Amino acid sequence: MATTALTIGEVELGSRLILGTGGASGLDVLERAIVASGTEVVTVALRRVTDTGPGSLLDVIERTGVRILPNTAGCYTAVEAVKVAELGREAFGTDWVKLEVIGDERTLLPDPIELLTAAERLVAAGFTVWPYTNDDPILASRLAEVGCAVIMPLGAPIGSGMGIRNPYNLAIIREQIDLPIILDAGIGTASDATLAMELGCDGVLLASAVTRARDPEAMATAMRHAVEAGRLAAGAGRIPRRRYANASTTDEGRPELFDPTTPPNA
Amino acid sequence: MTGATPSPDVLIIGGGLIGLACAWRLATDGATVTVLDPTPGAGASNVAAGMLAPVTEVVYGEESHLALTIAAARRWPAFAEALVDASGTDVGYRATGTLVVGFDRDDAAALRDLEAFHAELGLEVEHLDRDALRVREPMLSPRAHVGLAAAEDHRVEPRAVVRALVTATERAGVTIRRTRTRALRRDGGRVRGVTLEDDTVLDAPQVVLAAGAWSAVMDGLPPEATPAVRPLKGQVLHLRDPQGAPVLTTTVRALVRHRHVYLVPRDDGRLVVGASQEERGFDTTVTAGPVRELLDDAVRVVPGIDELALTETIAGLRPTTPDNAPVIGHGGLDGLILATGHHRNGALLTPITTDAVATLATGGTLDAVFACADPGRPAVRPRPAPSDDADRPARPGLQALIDTNRGTR
Repeated sequence: MATTALTIGEVELGSRLILGTGGASGLDVLERAIVASGTEVVTVALRRVTDTGPGSLLDVIERTGVRILPNTAGCYTAVEAVKVAELGREAFGTDWVKLEVIGDERTLLPDPIELLTAAERLVAAGFTVWPYTNDDPILASRLAEVGCAVIMPLGAPIGSGMGIRNPYNLAIIREQIDLPIILDAGIGTASDATLAMELGCDGVLLASAVTRARDPEAMATAMRHAVEAGRLAAGAGRIPRRRYANASTTDEGRPELFDPTTPPNA
Repeated sequence: MTGATPSPDVLIIGGGLIGLACAWRLATDGATVTVLDPTPGAGASNVAAGMLAPVTEVVYGEESHLALTIAAARRWPAFAEALVDASGTDVGYRATGTLVVGFDRDDAAALRDLEAFHAELGLEVEHLDRDALRVREPMLSPRAHVGLAAAEDHRVEPRAVVRALVTATERAGVTIRRTRTRALRRDGGRVRGVTLEDDTVLDAPQVVLAAGAWSAVMDGLPPEATPAVRPLKGQVLHLRDPQGAPVLTTTVRALVRHRHVYLVPRDDGRLVVGASQEERGFDTTVTAGPVRELLDDAVRVVPGIDELALTETIAGLRPTTPDNAPVIGHGGLDGLILATGHHRNGALLTPITTDAVATLATGGTLDAVFACADPGRPAVRPRPAPSDDADRPARPGLQALIDTNRGTR
């Protein structure tokens, strides 16, 4: 199962890692990170990027051959988010939208009420909606019920690098929702991404952990392996945790190489 | 050759800091030089804050630029002195150093990382606590509780430098033609001159491309000679104290809840606050979001600025390359010299760029300090166009997106 593709609508994605493009110091380093990550999808803030000329970010994305997942970062109301999503659909010819409706500039946490409203309207308008949501199982279920294609709970606030603060909620979301679950936001390092996959997520979306790393290309490589490792481990069936040791090689049936009656240093 | 005037030795496309300074240098060295620019100094040079800050601007992954930026900063005192002598104009070069301050715990952690990076690179900075910061700058917020001082990161006033360069170049015999360049003219692999917007043809054996953010959109540049330069929009504001006394004496750069802001004082009481970095093509609209963020962040750094007059809001276009280093060297055509892609460092790199262009124009080779600016390096080499992939959706309405989104961030 580990190598099967992630299917979103009719699109099959070989890589379960999605990269955000914000935060990179330059386009060259971003391009190398995209390639190293092996990702097939990058997300772009429609409100922050409009340059489409030669040498622009969109030029880089086109050259690397990845798909664009337009996002509504920077929107605070459902109305704004819907409008921006429609611009993205027109601009990129894709129904995909990563829906972000933020409640507050300091935490960048989602506004759950506006988010649900926007999700409902976008689904009705024919979008494939990927909502960035709180790690709240009830809100996640409501988003699933209104017809979102993917659920993207946060691990921790955007850009915080704090990892997965509530693995229990994430596990509940996983159990209750029969849609692709992609952990979005909070990843700090490779082990966080692995943990997300071990908890049963279908993919991981991250930006700062790579783009703001000291060596983005190396961290992108690490994330590629981390997501694959977590996915494999989740499918391989981990051993139970136990309090006491359980020797990996038992003594049963072993030949006696030394006479047990002779002291070792004799 | 056309018209009554003889062909110059060198044509310089672009009359910003870089183009004008190169013209002054080449004319001083004995060349006849013509600069082409409809409005000299009206591009990025008119918006730039003028920080000469190789130490506090150092970025992970750009360590290889340091040799150039540090050498560039060291070139400034002599350049400023010569320019003041040649023009009779003060250029606002002030060796007052730079402070970097942080506010919350996350900013403090980021500054610790920066300090460790400085130590690793052998760059000297001094760690300052809240009290030490306010001894240096009494108007700083008491909430700026951690900081660094970089004694060698100074400042200059780019608009004054442009004024001085216009005078100095004219005195040195440079012709400044206030006209747009329509296209580069070439003969196979060799540059011949330019065509101006009124169809005038100018010949010259050497052409310097110093057109800033517009360097990659010059007609007549074959793809293999086109530098990978794009416009990176920056918005800046000017505050002025009606009393005339600057509220700061040194440049202050701050991390305010992970956002960067800088405040650069001018002698006349102004404070330049910047700057956004936005991927918006050639758009130079001033928009509410970045202005609000700059004001919010600046007020946190120096609460007293609430009382100042907001005298100017302006946006400019940095000429930026994929790896943020400039493009200085021979271009893909014989006789073409590239002096562009200076990103955030146009003012800083102005004097040292004139050294490079003077060397190149006389057939010399650049020394190792210019290695990061090599036009042949992989990051700026022209890339193959994306292949046609029918599977990927088309992007029909990009212009609509740009038009509608203008004014938001």
